[in-house]
Amino acid sequence: MDALPALPVAVPLLVAAALVGLAPVCPRRVADAIALAAAAGVTVLCLLLLARSFDAPVVYWFGDWTPREGIALGVAFAIDPVGAALATLAGVLATAALTFSWRIFEAVRTLHHGLMLVFLAGIVGFCLSGDLFNMFVFYELFSVAAYALAGYQTTDPGSVRGALNFALTNSVGAIFVLAGIALLYGRTGALNLAQLGQSLATGPADRLVVVAFLLLMVGFFVKAAVVPFHFWLADAYALAPTVVGVIFAGVVSELGLYAVARVYWTVFSAPLAGVEGLTGVLLVGAVATALLGGVMCVLQHHLARMLAYATVSHVGLTLAGFALLSPAGAAGAVLYLVTDGLVKGALFITVGIVDHHLRDIDERRLQGRGRHLLWAGALLVVGAFGLAGAPPFGTFLGKALMEEAALEAGHPWLIGLFVVVAALTSAALLRATGRVFLGLGPRQGPAPRGPDEAAVRHPHVHATQVAPAVLLLAAALAIGLAPGLTEAVQKAGDHFSDRPAYAAAVLEGAGEHGPAAPRPPPHLAGPALWALVSGLGGLGLALVALFPDRLPGDLRGRLARASGPAAAALRGLHAGQIGDSVTWLVVGMAGFGAMLALVTR
Amino acid sequence: MSPRLRRRVFLAAAAVAGALLLWGLTGLPDYGVYVGPYGDVLNQVAVAERKATNVVASVTFDYRGVDTMGEEYILFAAVLGVAILLRAQRDEHEEPPDEDAADRRAPGTSNAVRVVGLALVGPVVLYGLYLVAHGHLTPGGGFQGGVVLATAALLVYLSGEYVTLRRVSPELVTDLAESTGAAGYVAIGLLGVAAGATFLTNVLPLGQPGALLSAGTIPLINMAIGLEVAGGFMLLISEFLEQTLVIRRPGEVT
Amino acid sequence: MMGFLPYLVAAWLLLVGLYGVVTSRNLVHAITCLSVAQSSTYILLLSVGFERGGTAPIFLDVPVGTKAVDPVVGALTLTDVVVGATVSALLLALAVQAYKHHGTLDPERLKPERD
Repeated sequence: MDALPALPVAVPLLVAAALVGLAPVCPRRVADAIALAAAAGVTVLCLLLLARSFDAPVVYWFGDWTPREGIALGVAFAIDPVGAALATLAGVLATAALTFSWRIFEAVRTLHHGLMLVFLAGIVGFCLSGDLFNMFVFYELFSVAAYALAGYQTTDPGSVRGALNFALTNSVGAIFVLAGIALLYGRTGALNLAQLGQSLATGPADRLVVVAFLLLMVGFFVKAAVVPFHFWLADAYALAPTVVGVIFAGVVSELGLYAVARVYWTVFSAPLAGVEGLTGVLLVGAVATALLGGVMCVLQHHLARMLAYATVSHVGLTLAGFALLSPAGAAGAVLYLVTDGLVKGALFITVGIVDHHLRDIDERRLQGRGRHLLWAGALLVVGAFGLAGAPPFGTFLGKALMEEAALEAGHPWLIGLFVVVAALTSAALLRATGRVFLGLGPRQGPAPRGPDEAAVRHPHVHATQVAPAVLLLAAALAIGLAPGLTEAVQKAGDHFSDRPAYAAAVLEGAGEHGPAAPRPPPHLAGPALWALVSGLGGLGLALVALFPDRLPGDLRGRLARASGPAAAALRGLHAGQIGDSVTWLVVGMAGFGAMLALVTR
Repeated sequence: MSPRLRRRVFLAAAAVAGALLLWGLTGLPDYGVYVGPYGDVLNQVAVAERKATNVVASVTFDYRGVDTMGEEYILFAAVLGVAILLRAQRDEHEEPPDEDAADRRAPGTSNAVRVVGLALVGPVVLYGLYLVAHGHLTPGGGFQGGVVLATAALLVYLSGEYVTLRRVSPELVTDLAESTGAAGYVAIGLLGVAAGATFLTNVLPLGQPGALLSAGTIPLINMAIGLEVAGGFMLLISEFLEQTLVIRRPGEVT
Repeated sequence: MMGFLPYLVAAWLLLVGLYGVVTSRNLVHAITCLSVAQSSTYILLLSVGFERGGTAPIFLDVPVGTKAVDPVVGALTLTDVVVGATVSALLLALAVQAYKHHGTLDPERLKPERD
């Protein structure tokens, strides 16, 4: 078998080392081009793996250490469509980010290219891996690269503090993950996901299994920024340079959810299958994350922080899909995750363009200054619709699948959650767009600095900055319009949740999957109606924010009185103190742990 | 949250979380009882299969070599991050030392420290190289040996010869050492691919257990890692020291 | 009880380390407390792989087949130690940066600029 599965990890690592070693002699442009080519190459390789993995998972044993009698001696990559799709998404976002930064970056030296490629390699390895400790190593690899990338705008004090919070909180999460791995290893003597699953399948869901799941879940939830583990995210994502924020918002948070889902289905689905309340526990996290993220998103005036909280709330929605613990829910969640990542990447790039050209990122100070960048405003509006899950974006289809799975699983109220959150996040974005690009809305906060001085300094927007955003949005649209998408995604979801088939493929090399169970195509009329409702709701909320004097006076007063102290309290909670973030982490561990203990007794 | 409130909330949450953790830990087999098959199987077969008498080394560099490659690159990324974070700072203006009296000379390092420190450098380097080279036979290996090698640099600094150190190992050398070590690991992995097997397969001749030249690629990987770790740690040490050192040549006054 | 003591120590280290991080007034102290918390995982891993009466899994002087402890947890802990050390280095570099910008290492006083 050829080395294709190893290449998407080996190539960027080798190129990164070469770029760093040759940095003194390599001109800046050449290094840029090499890094871009490497990222594009990784994307292509992952796409090939995605295509190959649809019929049977691609299993690759490193060092030729194939398993003996069901005991895995070496480390394997076990590539299925879900993992390959996430890896491809990472490659696409990295390529887009490096293209965007071609002209913009005033980097100190080419060392950041090495970090970006190592970051990408870590994410790809994490998505493709079939071994729990190997996943942990790649998880730490992309995390460490992320900490360095988040903090290296050394002139910005906010970004250093955000990076510190990011690094400390995520390191504590990693400690929990490792503790969970130790527990599982102590019981089963295995590190391979399939072998762990086989080993636990024969035993009961006793306290060790429950606590191991708790530790792994909480550890990965920290990365995913599920409430209450999310306090580190806004500063880290918003204050990092755009080129990094694109990848953070587009794929990194979702990797935490992927890990929990993957570990659940391959390792824990047998012993925890009978646990009635497990979906409920996960849904508690999902709802809290989605709502809190949405509300915080609306309260933001800093455009990148707004997108960061939109990321948090959409993580909540994706978790809701996974929380249903069904193949259909998983299928919808994965589709939503991938397409939403593309849209968020595009939005981050557009905000980066605005920041670079208008030298500011606060919507109140930018009011009306975006008039000559109207096309950027158009991109933001399109992106807002993508975020809200409007057809024909892929997000619409993903949400439709999740909504249908929610109905099947007996949780119809989830549809309401999707509608409300979509309205909130798109409202925030539409309000900001209206204010910045059309000058609408009451003047708030600091007055703008000298008119259009920045426009004079950077009058020309290069194609390399705009094209990535446009292409990412186009990709999200194209995926939504692709024929046969629904069947492919449902098939992928089925395989993702099929533990015995996965174990057979990894440990015995069994081949093809059986034909997928035929399923009627999802009804799209209902979801389209809900999408319309959230679109209108979002527009309505944005208009209320932009034209508050059109509201009747006493209504306006009541709203202000009700929301004022709450908003202030929420802002105070999210002030970014390091000690607070870690405290909430432990609180979350205690909370989820208590819930899990209750439902498994 | 105010610090007092935070402490109280933390203690309450930690009590619950700690209780849950302990509850889960009681599900483990007793300390001293080893259940799982992984370690037993490897202890039986590793020496015969890889001709390396240090089974931990065969696990680290062969059976689970991908993990170690990832770990090596974690070190690479972290050192790179430190370099980016701290090097940019050196373009800022230097502040003159404000704690010395204007007419006093800084005390030099005592002769005893200098002699012992410099005398130890040679044996420490030799020991580090020994650890790296014998990693597949006895406890040790690339990581441990690399750190010992970097300690030699620290000894030079402690002996007061920092200027010499910078002349001998400038930024260029440490960067190059680090990248070569990192790239070397991937290159060795690709050797396996070139030979028609999977990535990181041990394709070099295995020799006899106990011999210095045995275990195929494992000693080579050890050397790559030793190079990377030594380069990386020396870079870390010099970056941190450059932040605060006032480098005064002998004979200068403030 | 003796069979549980190492696990108890691991849990204690984790909680104490986290307490230090949460209540710290100095970034360097907080980072060191993080290392304490990380060391709890080393102890947990190595305890899980220990076999009473087992020697080190180095078969240079003893024949293959002698009872030895688990080599895999040794490899895992080695990886873990390297990761912990490098993360600490990166965090300390960030702390140096923070000191340069804010003139303080006190997490309470690293006030964010808020809109």
